[in-house]
Amino acid sequence: MGTYYLPHLKELEAEAIFVIREVVSQFEKPALLFSGGKDSIVLAHLAKKAFHPAKIPFPLIHIDTGHNFPETIAFRDALVEKLGVQLIVGSVQESIDKGRVREETGVNASRNALQTVTLLDTLEEYKIDAAMGGARRDEEKARAKERFFSHRDEFGQWDPKNQRPELWNLFNGRKHMGEHFRVFPISNWTEMDVWQYILQEQIDLPSLYFSHERDCIVRDGVILANSEYITLKPEETVERMVVRYRTCGDMPITGAVLSEANTLELIIQEVATTRTTERGTRADDKRGETAMEDRKKQGYF
Amino acid sequence: MSIQQKNQLLRFTTAGSVDDGKSTLIGRLLYDSKSIFEDQIEAVKTSSEKKGFDYVDLSLLTDGLKSEREQGITIDVAYRYFATPKRKFIIADTPGHIQYTRNMVTGASTANLAIILVDARKGLLEQTYRHSFIASLLKIPHVVVCVNKMDLVDYSEEVYNKIVADYEAFSSKLDIKDVSFVPISALKGDNVVERSKNMTWYEGSTLLYHLENVHIASDFNHIDCRFPVQMVIRPHTLEYQDFRGYAGRIDGGIFKPGDEVKVLPSGFTSKIKSIELNGTPIEEAFSPMSVTMTLEDEIDISRGDMIVRPNNQPEVTQDLEVMVCWMNQKTLQSRTKLIIKHTTKECQAMVKEIQYKVDVNTLHRIEDISQIGMNDIARVSIRTAQPIFKDAYRRNRLTGSVILIDANTNETVGAGMVI
Repeated sequence: MGTYYLPHLKELEAEAIFVIREVVSQFEKPALLFSGGKDSIVLAHLAKKAFHPAKIPFPLIHIDTGHNFPETIAFRDALVEKLGVQLIVGSVQESIDKGRVREETGVNASRNALQTVTLLDTLEEYKIDAAMGGARRDEEKARAKERFFSHRDEFGQWDPKNQRPELWNLFNGRKHMGEHFRVFPISNWTEMDVWQYILQEQIDLPSLYFSHERDCIVRDGVILANSEYITLKPEETVERMVVRYRTCGDMPITGAVLSEANTLELIIQEVATTRTTERGTRADDKRGETAMEDRKKQGYF
Repeated sequence: MSIQQKNQLLRFTTAGSVDDGKSTLIGRLLYDSKSIFEDQIEAVKTSSEKKGFDYVDLSLLTDGLKSEREQGITIDVAYRYFATPKRKFIIADTPGHIQYTRNMVTGASTANLAIILVDARKGLLEQTYRHSFIASLLKIPHVVVCVNKMDLVDYSEEVYNKIVADYEAFSSKLDIKDVSFVPISALKGDNVVERSKNMTWYEGSTLLYHLENVHIASDFNHIDCRFPVQMVIRPHTLEYQDFRGYAGRIDGGIFKPGDEVKVLPSGFTSKIKSIELNGTPIEEAFSPMSVTMTLEDEIDISRGDMIVRPNNQPEVTQDLEVMVCWMNQKTLQSRTKLIIKHTTKECQAMVKEIQYKVDVNTLHRIEDISQIGMNDIARVSIRTAQPIFKDAYRRNRLTGSVILIDANTNETVGAGMVI
C-alpha cells in the first residue's frame, strides 16, 4: 500500500480544487478576485482544472486602482479571453470621482487603502456572496490566522478573534443576508510552492515577473518603477536597472528586486536562496506592525 | 528540483503553554531549516526590544494578532510552513491551556503527527495528559513526545528514562498507534536538527530526522472506497453534450475505471467509465485526490450522495453516537436542534442525549449531566433528519467526522467523531 501517496504539490492542488468546488456548491454568487499577480493566476488555473470540461462558473473581479502596470492589464484581458469567463472591473478612479473615497496626497500617497471601498462596493453591486482570493498564510502574520472560509459581517469586516473553527474537510459557509465570505483556496501554499507549481503546470505569467530593464528610483530602500503615478523627491534620481517583481501590486508601491532571473528555473533558485519575504518589498505593509491586520478588519483582500 | 516536487506533505500540530518551550522549538525548526526570513527576524528583534527583552522572543513570530502580541499569548491556531529537501511541513500551532481545547482539536483534526512537549524538570503534567488525550481522540496517527529542557537536568539519561516509562504506562490507556520519544533542548538545539553531543547515550533519531522519515503514506484510508459527490459537472457544450461528471475528493479506498460501484442513498449500481482531472485520465484514484468521475449508466446523482463499492459500504443510518468537542459559549442541552455536516451532506439533527463528559485531565467519565459547555468533550447521541453514510472515525477520519452548526447564528459550535 505504501506507494499510494501524493507529492506535496498534488496534495495542495487537490485541497485547493476541493475548496473551489465547495464554494461553487455552497454559495449562490461566487467570484474570483483577480489582481493579475501570480497567486490569482494560479487560482484561475486551479479553477479551470476544477470544472473541466465545463467553463469556470463564476466571474473574475479585478479592482483597478488605475495605477496598475500596463503589463498586468494586457495579461488580464488575454487570460479572460482564453478562459472564456466574465470579467468585472471595479474602478478606484470611479470611486474617487463619485466621492466615495478621497485620494491620498503627498509623496507616499497610494491608492492601496482606497481599494477596500471599491472592492466592497463592487461585491455589493454584483451581490457576490463568496469572493475567492489568492492570499496565503505564509505571506504575513495576520494572514497566518486566516481560515479557508473567512466570514465577513454586513460591513465586510473581519473579526479575527471570533472566527469559526475549521476542522477536517468540513467548511461552514452558512451566513445571514448581507454577509459574505472571503475564501482562500491556496491558504496552505508557500511562495516556493506557487513557483514550483507554475513550473510544473507551465502556467503563463506577465513579463514583470521575469528579469527586465526598467527606469527605477530607490525610496526607503525599496526599488520602485518610475511612472506617472510617482512624485519624485528632490534628492531622488531615476536609474536604469535590471529588475524583476516578486509580487504584483500597484506601480507606486510595489518594490522590485535586482535580478537576472529570466526563466522559471532561475526564479525558483532565487526564491530558494532569498532571505526576505516577498511582502518585504511592499510599502503598504510597512505602515506599522499590524498594518495588514488593520486593513483586513476593514475588508481588505 | 525534481526531487523536491516528489516531496510529501506532513501536517503536524504542537500544543503547549507559555513556558514549556513550544515557541522556542518552532522557532528552532524554522530557523535551522532556514525558513525565517531576514525581515521577519528584524521585525521580531524590534518587537522584543520594545518589550524590553534582552533576548529575541521567537514566539512573536507565531503570535500574529494584535491582541495576542499585547497579551503575549496564542489565542488561535496559527499555521506555519517550512520545508527541507526531504519534506514539506505545515505546523498547526495551537495554545495549550484548557480554555483553548477547541483550538487544539481544530489543529489536530488535519494533523498526521502531534508533538507533545514535556519539561524534563517537571515530568508529566496535567497538560501532557490533556494533549495526549486529544491526540488519541482525534486519532492523530503519530505522536512524538519531546522531553525538552534536557540541558537543565544535566542531560540525564535517568530523568529521560523515567519520563518515558511514566508516559508509556499512561498512554497504554489511550488509543495511540505510534509513539516516539526524543530528548531535546530546543533552546540549545540538542537533537532538534543537529544530533546532541551531550546525550551520547541516546541512540534514536533527532526530531527533524523523525519528522522527515516517519511513514505517513498509509495515514489515509486506502481500503474502504468512499467518494462523496461534491457537485455534478454538466458543460452543456456541443463537444461535451452528454458529459455528466461527478466532482469530489476521494475520502477512502482506491477507485479504478471499470470498477463496479454503488450509489448511496439510491442504491443503484453502475461501472466507472472514467476518472479524470482537467481532461487527464487517472488510472487509480485515492485519498486525498480531487477528481471528476463518470459512470457507464445515467443515474440521478447529486451533492451529498456517496459512490462506494457494492461489497464494502458505510453504515446508512439516522442515529449516530458521537464524541463531541463543544466549541461555543452557548451550552448544549439534550433535545437541542442543530445543523449537522458530514462529508458533502448537510441536514438537520437533534442531540437526543448527553451520555457523559470526559475530564480531559484525568480521563474520568462524568455521568448524569444535563448540559456541556465550551471546551467540554462529551459522548452524545444524535438523530439526523436524513440518513448519513458513516464510518467509525477510527476507521476513516474523513467519513467518520461531523461538525455541528447553530442554525440561528450559523456558527460552528461542535466537532464530532463518530464512534
